[in-house]
Amino acid sequence: MKRFLKSINVHELLRPLGQLIFFSLGSTVVLSAIALVLALILDRTVVGQTLFERLNVSLYTYTLVNLPQVAIDGLTIGFVYAAIALGYTMVYGVLEFINFAHSEIFAVGAFVGVEILIALDKFGILTGASLVMAYVYLILAIVGGMLAAGALAVAVERVAYRPLRHASRLVPLISAIGVSFLLQDVIRLVESLTTGQFNRIFPTFGNFDRRVILGKMTMGATNITLGVSYKSIIVIVSAVLMLVALNYLVNATKIGKAIRAVAQDHPTASLMGIDVNRIISLTFLVGGMLGGAAGVLYALKFTRIDAFVGFFPGLKAFTAAVLGGIGNMTGALLGGIVLGMLETFAGSYMGVFTMGAAGTEYKDIFAFSILILVLIFRPQGLMGANVAQKA
Amino acid sequence: MVPVILKNVIKRLEQGVYPHIIILVHMVLGTALVYTSPRSNLAFLVLITSFFTLYYFKADRRFKLIVGVVLTLFIFPVVGVRNIFYLEVIFQISVFAALALGLNIVVGFAGLLDLGYVAFYAVGAYLWAFFGSQQFYVLPFAPGTQPSNLPFLLPGDAFYLFMFAAIFVAALTGILLGTPVLRLRGDYLAIVTLGFGEVIRVLANNLDKPLNFTNGPQGITPIQRPTMPQSVVDGFNTLFGGVVGHEVTPADMYNVMFYLLALAVIIVIIFVTRRLDDSKIGRAWTAIREDETAAIAMGIPLVKMKLAAFAVGASFAGVMGVLLAGSRTFISPESFSFMQSIGVLSMVILGGSGSIPGVILGAATVTILNLQVLQGLSLYLSQLRQSDAVIPIINFAWANLSTQLDPAKYQRLLFGLILILMMIFRPEGLIPSQRRKRELASDKVEGGE
Repeated sequence: MKRFLKSINVHELLRPLGQLIFFSLGSTVVLSAIALVLALILDRTVVGQTLFERLNVSLYTYTLVNLPQVAIDGLTIGFVYAAIALGYTMVYGVLEFINFAHSEIFAVGAFVGVEILIALDKFGILTGASLVMAYVYLILAIVGGMLAAGALAVAVERVAYRPLRHASRLVPLISAIGVSFLLQDVIRLVESLTTGQFNRIFPTFGNFDRRVILGKMTMGATNITLGVSYKSIIVIVSAVLMLVALNYLVNATKIGKAIRAVAQDHPTASLMGIDVNRIISLTFLVGGMLGGAAGVLYALKFTRIDAFVGFFPGLKAFTAAVLGGIGNMTGALLGGIVLGMLETFAGSYMGVFTMGAAGTEYKDIFAFSILILVLIFRPQGLMGANVAQKA
Repeated sequence: MVPVILKNVIKRLEQGVYPHIIILVHMVLGTALVYTSPRSNLAFLVLITSFFTLYYFKADRRFKLIVGVVLTLFIFPVVGVRNIFYLEVIFQISVFAALALGLNIVVGFAGLLDLGYVAFYAVGAYLWAFFGSQQFYVLPFAPGTQPSNLPFLLPGDAFYLFMFAAIFVAALTGILLGTPVLRLRGDYLAIVTLGFGEVIRVLANNLDKPLNFTNGPQGITPIQRPTMPQSVVDGFNTLFGGVVGHEVTPADMYNVMFYLLALAVIIVIIFVTRRLDDSKIGRAWTAIREDETAAIAMGIPLVKMKLAAFAVGASFAGVMGVLLAGSRTFISPESFSFMQSIGVLSMVILGGSGSIPGVILGAATVTILNLQVLQGLSLYLSQLRQSDAVIPIINFAWANLSTQLDPAKYQRLLFGLILILMMIFRPEGLIPSQRRKRELASDKVEGGE
């Protein structure tokens, strides 16, 4: 027992935790400051006056009061993005290839998790479940989603990517786009054959929809209750657990060393006795499992899923991976958190700041604009080293 | 033994007068079949594949040209006017062939994977949709609240002018987008163009406020068409009235006209593409596609050449956009989704990137699969649902099959399968370009990557 405890690398357990806390706090502070400064500037202008007439509150107060809720929402979605982004980044690390189908692997995870819960609900198990059992079922769904998504990711690699490993760069990318499209319609096909429905709804059970009330505030004529839903807490906690576990796997175990070796150089890694194909499969397995778990968490948070649910989260997670520096795991964490925060801040405040001319509907554009800006001005990402293209 | 005989027979058929006979027989047979059974998809397939025989068999060039002209200018319009669905299929094939040829310049020649190609198509379409409808006077109104008696900004005949204007506007958009992003590596470029395509779609969806430019998700309608002189309709009636079987209306003639316009654009594109391919620019593109570093070392202005490819591809899409807006008289953001971009890409990949006949074949195949095979399956399934047939063995009644299952909507499955299978088994496409053929052959000799 003592030897086992001794073999645990505590540093590697604490380091990612520290990073996560640092990134979360840092992006919250920076973005809040920007929002508040903007609010202060705009308060005197026509923007502030319109808001004052409508809600009887100054723009600055409005921004300040909404801030904690926006930050928590941003963090929740940011952690989901981070978990998906890690899948992109890991595959990019070992193969230098954008796994475009990762968004559908995420969607499959979400579907399997939700279907498990719906099946349980059908037998009436969920409605009478105690609080503890509710969490057990949720974990069951997450594990189910992880396993399905991991297996699918490995299968996709074996069938659609491995035969193309030595082709030019664009060939596997096109194949991956094909896989992505194929999987979207396969999900739809399976759903329409078995359930006949387009959307699936995450069943209500346990205490996930309730909120922990943190306090109450008055804003002009309205009262605002500040709170965090249990859902968000679950999403954040499970995402943190997974991220820490992944970091440990990659940075403090023998398998992780093999993964890093393969990422650096395939032929040399195989000369050192590493089975490169097995490690690549393993990378897809781990990335897929993370994506699948993120899918179930996403379904928990947003309740409704359809066959195309993976597209936007997938693209944004990719953006997050690029933002942080693709191939760099810490970068993916940072990118995910920053992007989730940015997007939520933009979505919540842009409508007010521009007097309704450009609101939440431009949220998606926002992510793409960030992607384009990052690629133009800092293609290596926030944390990536400057790597030239390998011929 | 049998294969040898077969081979000899085929060899005989490929020489002398035989090809001419085969082409003629195929064409006449197809026309006759379509004429006698105007509702049969199979008959239509026979007719449309006569193009393939025309391409495949070696024959006199003048003979081929005459047969091609007869097919495209006489047989297709007449057959199409007889059954308007065929004309729709042919028109869509032409539109997608033109788009695929444009994308072919970007993907096939310069090797830049553009996943947001329909964005340029959208730019062209919205260009004419804005100036060719009442939208200019709708600007201050929210969607659905405008008065009904607004005038049109421009006469319908300005359509032709805008076909030319679209070349420049779309090319300019291509250059504006390309300037910052073309420095990126291939796979990043793909994702950025994808993002750009989505941005254009989201903009089209949301630019109904503060000023109503695009009318939001409802789209712009009615869009004007150029005038159709009554004499043309009458002329067509006197010439082909007997064969068509019913009085030809101006609406029918519009369909024929847009088909012919699309055809004209295709011919221009083919001409430009062929000239470019053999030019200094074309060789520069090939060099960039094969090895950027080596191309730079050879003194090729990398970004300039990439921009040229982007602009040329974009301008063709822009022209087709104007054409689409005119022919449909209605434009909405729905028509310019990511799926459309991938659809066009799968046409290029299926046919063979860099190869003109290949890309046209790809466009025709995918469009026919999309419009006829998938919809045929849908029809068949709905018939099965209404019957009381039962799947044997598992004892499942067709009537219980979910109505959600509609094969006509499974285009993604189709595109996905095409992309994966082609990449794994035949990355050079159905009809590889000559240059690519040589490259792949030399690759095999080296046995390298």
